[in-house]
Amino acid sequence: MTFKPDPQIFASSIKEVSFGPEGAAVTFGGAGVLPLYSFDAPIAHRPLVGIEISDKGVDRDLPELAAFYDGANTLAEIAARACTAPGADFLSLKLESADPNGDNIPSDEAAALAKEASDASALPLVIQGVDNVDKDAELLPKVAEALQGKNALLLSAKEENYKGIAVAAVTAYGQKIGAESAVDINLAKQLNVLISQMGIQHGNYVMHLGNAAAGYGFEYLSSTIERVKLAALSQNDDALQPPVITPVAGDAWSVKESVVSEEDFPEWGPRERRGIEMEISTAAACLAAGSDAVILRHPSSVETIAKLIAELV
Amino acid sequence: MALKGIDIFKLTPKTNCKECGQPTCMAFGMKVAQGTAQIEQCPHMSEEALAKLGEATAPPMKSFKIGPADAELSLGGETVLFRHDKTFVSKTLFAVSADEAGADAVMAEAAKIDYERIGERMRVDIIHLEYAGDTAAYVEAAKKSAASGKAVILSVSDEGAAREALSAIKDARPVLNGANPDNREAFAALAKEFGVSLGVSADSLDALHETVQALEKDGVKDIILDVGTASIKSAFANAVQIRRAAIKSGDHSFGYPSLVNVAKLAPGDAGMQTALASLFILKYGSIVVMEGMSYAQALPLFGLRQNIYTDPQKPMTVETGNYPLNGADENSVCAVTVDFALTYFIVSGEIERSGIPVNLIIPDAGGYSVLTAWSAGKFSAGSIAAFIKEADIESKVKNRNLLIPGKVAVLKGELEENLPGWNIIVSPGEATSLVKFLKELDAA
Repeated sequence: MTFKPDPQIFASSIKEVSFGPEGAAVTFGGAGVLPLYSFDAPIAHRPLVGIEISDKGVDRDLPELAAFYDGANTLAEIAARACTAPGADFLSLKLESADPNGDNIPSDEAAALAKEASDASALPLVIQGVDNVDKDAELLPKVAEALQGKNALLLSAKEENYKGIAVAAVTAYGQKIGAESAVDINLAKQLNVLISQMGIQHGNYVMHLGNAAAGYGFEYLSSTIERVKLAALSQNDDALQPPVITPVAGDAWSVKESVVSEEDFPEWGPRERRGIEMEISTAAACLAAGSDAVILRHPSSVETIAKLIAELV
Repeated sequence: MALKGIDIFKLTPKTNCKECGQPTCMAFGMKVAQGTAQIEQCPHMSEEALAKLGEATAPPMKSFKIGPADAELSLGGETVLFRHDKTFVSKTLFAVSADEAGADAVMAEAAKIDYERIGERMRVDIIHLEYAGDTAAYVEAAKKSAASGKAVILSVSDEGAAREALSAIKDARPVLNGANPDNREAFAALAKEFGVSLGVSADSLDALHETVQALEKDGVKDIILDVGTASIKSAFANAVQIRRAAIKSGDHSFGYPSLVNVAKLAPGDAGMQTALASLFILKYGSIVVMEGMSYAQALPLFGLRQNIYTDPQKPMTVETGNYPLNGADENSVCAVTVDFALTYFIVSGEIERSGIPVNLIIPDAGGYSVLTAWSAGKFSAGSIAAFIKEADIESKVKNRNLLIPGKVAVLKGELEENLPGWNIIVSPGEATSLVKFLKELDAA
């Protein structure tokens, strides 16, 4: 008896979202099959890989990373260099200096930095705020204004601050936003419903379902993404159909495995390699669960994950 | 496919003898269908009926063990495609690969990976020995691999070499991976003779399916399905389609564990092997074969596996006690949080990032997060104070400053009453603010 394949092709599909300036935009979403199941039916757009930079510069303690960014010192130079990383589909700028728990620079200054990076970037742009609802509520609208015409994707709008951010970013300046909720399918759905009730249509927002590094409660994240995709596809749940973006870098590079020195843990080997492998493992697992885009920091991880996606889709 | 109560009723003697403990044969059939009664409870079932039922009620995926008796490993037995439906049963096993010439070096490298993470011992599970043509050396390498105490996969499709290696290490219960449509009969005979599980591969899923059915007819019980190395895309497609056929479509011929050789899918590319291993931890790889494993690869992979194979109903917990971080000693400040593993990791990670020595005290809080444990009464001023006394913290640590999570700031007053002499300090509500907070506290 031969094998009878039983492909799972759904009548519903993930919504498409494009960002980036005209002529250079990228599109993600659109799949009508489970994540990466291109053997069931062709997938419209492959998942995207972003390369993350910080307005605070490059961690030059990591030799490979320092070599990649060698000679790039200003934010504009760093942004331009990041865009040359093989496999990078978009640039993601983290406005770390604006963090109230850190340098806390004024939002106007941070928005000017976003503009500087954007002008130097050859790729579509994602802006990551500071993960503080009050500061982001002030910062992201200013960034939206500064990046007029760039069609950037701004992360993130949360339940506490989505109104102002959505109005300024999407309605006033035509940018895209990420709707961020804690790792929970119901909270994610609720926020999407609230955003759509403001008259913001599909195609203008994506979902950010939280993040976790491999080994650090990652099962909550992967199960949440899997459940969101199943509901979007098999139950045609409109409120869970935006594509999912997962910023992997922040968590992957701040867990113990990527932070402690080789001096303290000699058997673990060089720190840079540990961070890269943590980033790769987490990103591959996110894609397997259903992330439509991942954000990574190291050019080596970007290249590997881009290659993995090209092989699979 | 599951049988309905009425189908089971039809196979019973229909005498309503009540010997099974149920009032009628129909009631018994319903209970069996629900899984609340066992078919063996009826003493009057015919052989024929039992055989029919056995086939129909067999689990969708076989489970069996490999490896030496004192360190055996479980494979298979999965019942769901997604872990939010039910727990995954047999965790992905990691093998490192070598041929007869490279075996010593690979084994020495693999032996270095051995550590504990939240109560689980993490080490390379299996040595995967690839036959390169030198039978005498292959048998020697097999003996050494078996002597290492790890499970062994003999990856060989040459019958003579397979026989010699199996004769040498049969007591270690290796896996023989090398059956294909051409050598099927001979390899089926070898697997039965030596009582080992058999890995099988074929050029297409059709051919694989047919070969498995032939092996089943040959009487081979424990089969492992090699998803092949033609391309990353086909390996992934095969792994998913095999598991989906078994669980969703009830295709018993694909109801066996899988083997993915990522060493051959991405030779020389450690990063890609990590990416693939991670992909196959989530999507249906029972055994993942890698070229080697460094600590940099092991740390995320074992962490990811531990996460994915947890019981969704049962939170992971860390052991209670005092964890001195950043070289904390008796003069370092104390902090307390819950025993929920995720909370512990986040809090200890932030404290480590701050570089400030802290004695992190973990009482039994039922494995819940801070707020949940507090509302369940498992993380109260009473329970914290009791643990500090019980664990004898006061004689071990001289510092009398205790940081408590910002989310349970309400405990401050009561803790001061319960712990005379202690200065209770409320920390920030979110762990992300801990680094700044600790640095300021240290400077003050």
